[in-house]
Amino acid sequence: MDAFLNTFFNFEIMAQALPLLLKGAFMTLKLCSVVILCGLIGGLGLALAALSPNKLLKWVSVVWIDFFRAFPPLVLLVFVYSGLPFAGIKMSPFMAVVVAFFLNNSAYFAEVFRAGIKSIPRGQSEAARATGLSTAQAMFHVILPQAVRNVLPDLLSNTVEVVKLTSLASVVSLSELLYSANMARSVTYNASPLVLAAGLYLLVLWPLVRVTSRYQRGLAVN
Amino acid sequence: MRFLETFFNTQVIANYLPDLIDAMGVTLGLAVTTIIAGVLGGALLACLRVAGIRWVNFFIIVFANMMRALPPLVLILILYFGMPSLGINLSGWMVIYLVLSAVLIAFAEEIFWGGLTAVPAGQWEAGRATGLSRAQTLFYIAFPQAARMGIPPLVNRTLATTKLTALGSVIGVKEILSVSSSAQSFSGSATPLTMAAIAYLVIFVPAVIASHRIERHYQYAT
Amino acid sequence: MNADRTMLEITALEKRFDQTEVLKNIDLRVREGEMVFVIGPSGSGKSTMLRCCNRLEEPTSGAIMIDGQRITDIPRRDLDRMRLKVGMVFQGFHLYPHMSVVKNVMLAQTKALKRPAAEAEARALEMLDQVGLRHKADAMPNELSGGQQQRVAIARALALDPKVMLFDEPTSALDPELVGSVLKVMKDLRAKGMTMLVVSHEMAFAREAADRVIFMDGGYVVEQGTPDEVFGNPKSDRLKSFLARVLNTDEDAA
Repeated sequence: MDAFLNTFFNFEIMAQALPLLLKGAFMTLKLCSVVILCGLIGGLGLALAALSPNKLLKWVSVVWIDFFRAFPPLVLLVFVYSGLPFAGIKMSPFMAVVVAFFLNNSAYFAEVFRAGIKSIPRGQSEAARATGLSTAQAMFHVILPQAVRNVLPDLLSNTVEVVKLTSLASVVSLSELLYSANMARSVTYNASPLVLAAGLYLLVLWPLVRVTSRYQRGLAVN
Repeated sequence: MRFLETFFNTQVIANYLPDLIDAMGVTLGLAVTTIIAGVLGGALLACLRVAGIRWVNFFIIVFANMMRALPPLVLILILYFGMPSLGINLSGWMVIYLVLSAVLIAFAEEIFWGGLTAVPAGQWEAGRATGLSRAQTLFYIAFPQAARMGIPPLVNRTLATTKLTALGSVIGVKEILSVSSSAQSFSGSATPLTMAAIAYLVIFVPAVIASHRIERHYQYAT
Repeated sequence: MNADRTMLEITALEKRFDQTEVLKNIDLRVREGEMVFVIGPSGSGKSTMLRCCNRLEEPTSGAIMIDGQRITDIPRRDLDRMRLKVGMVFQGFHLYPHMSVVKNVMLAQTKALKRPAAEAEARALEMLDQVGLRHKADAMPNELSGGQQQRVAIARALALDPKVMLFDEPTSALDPELVGSVLKVMKDLRAKGMTMLVVSHEMAFAREAADRVIFMDGGYVVEQGTPDEVFGNPKSDRLKSFLARVLNTDEDAA
């Protein structure tokens, strides 16, 4: 038991590592806000393109979405970070992470938006058009508000996934939360900083995860 | 031409193809064993939760929320670097298998449980009224319906989890990404990364297309 | 068959949900081969009483005897065997949507009664034939009309050779034009000597086919008698006003 506590819950080491981890957590926060914002906007754009009447636009975006959904995000990240420099495109770790996760996430968000928009009955857009709204106006004032409400749980759980995803940035030495914790681990030869990082992730994500399962239950009752 | 030389160097392809094919085997093996453990384990926990034993359910819920909230890479690092201090040496393969299975079990449990709560009470009553036991009603009537409802999200989650096998590269599992990464630094060419990308697409694009089919099938069936 | 033999007897049955008393001191007897209707306003406890008869609801106190067995004393783990003797038909049919019609009728036969599959299938087809739906054996429940689904549900219960059949508003969820087919099956059953306790709003059918009618209100049995007595010569004010209301709406509907 002592060995277990000493390995995973060494408070002394945790206290030492905390400032470093908080710095990492701040980087994670920064990364999350950029990636989530880009992902939401890109995803909405992709979803609209995938549902557009223009055959080419539709086809390209559907393939794009499936392509990046099929790709493990870490592979994408490694490709952007270590592969693209061979083609003369060099990025900082931060940029590489943003680009790779934007490609991955916008595809996921696009799927969510697409499902939401398709869940709105045709009559809604017909009614909007009949009252003189343009296609774009009907989309933004009538369809999208309802669609977003329908897929709110999925948007939320996707956002949780993004936060978890940013931990992969440690692989390209971006000093976010997990990277800092692992750094502290290798200096102290003790896993407690990793457990502390896990605690910080749980602190933020546990409530969100609980909300998503409540949503699920709510839908189930209906 | 230089582009082809960098990303599609035939000599490099020939050199590393055998290794890469082995690595695909490792990735697929990990994926399949994870799916089996994850889906069976999740189904088992969801059914166990039906029994309504308070402390058992408490542990199931805590486990499920934790595994859904934590970034898998955090768990992987904790197990990989922490366990040896307790005298337990797990191979990288074992660590990835354990963590990904636990993650999939958690998500599958939530999905099956959501389905079970959505089965109308009348179905249970009809089963019990014809003399079936609780376990029989669960097994023959409630669970098959819950599983059917859960198939689309389960397929998506299964894909997402198996894509995490790429995390094996962080702790030296010889799967696609790690083999191609080391080949890339060894050969000084980006070609192995291209090969990795293609290998993943070969595995996952059919899976994504199949998931669309399944989703559509079960959407209309219910 | 012995027309004087009591098949189902309820004595001093009470049921409380938290603070609300739903059933207060119910006494009721159904003889072998009898078809007894229970009528009354909604919320009068009819369905609760019925559900106590196979312990889908646990009575708070009182006794229920079925075929000479005191089913209120049976320990929980032995309920399954008792329920085989008591068929139940629900307002919402509750067919299993993931199984074909014949599989619906076979499930409890093979799993609870442990009949061999071949025998269970033969029995299922025989019962489906009895309710006029043998040709739908391989259909899925969602391909059937409500009336057909309810007849399958009746076949599902009958296939277990129950001693008593309980009907909980079997036609309330049906479109008017589909009600007749279900009532006809119930009439056939009565002719075959099945003991039946029916909660229903089908007043015309009760008047025509029931042996006795029980009027419940506010958790009590207020009045009982032959259809002629209950419908033709109601004694209590509560029954009178209930009948006036029901018959009025019938006229409105017509």
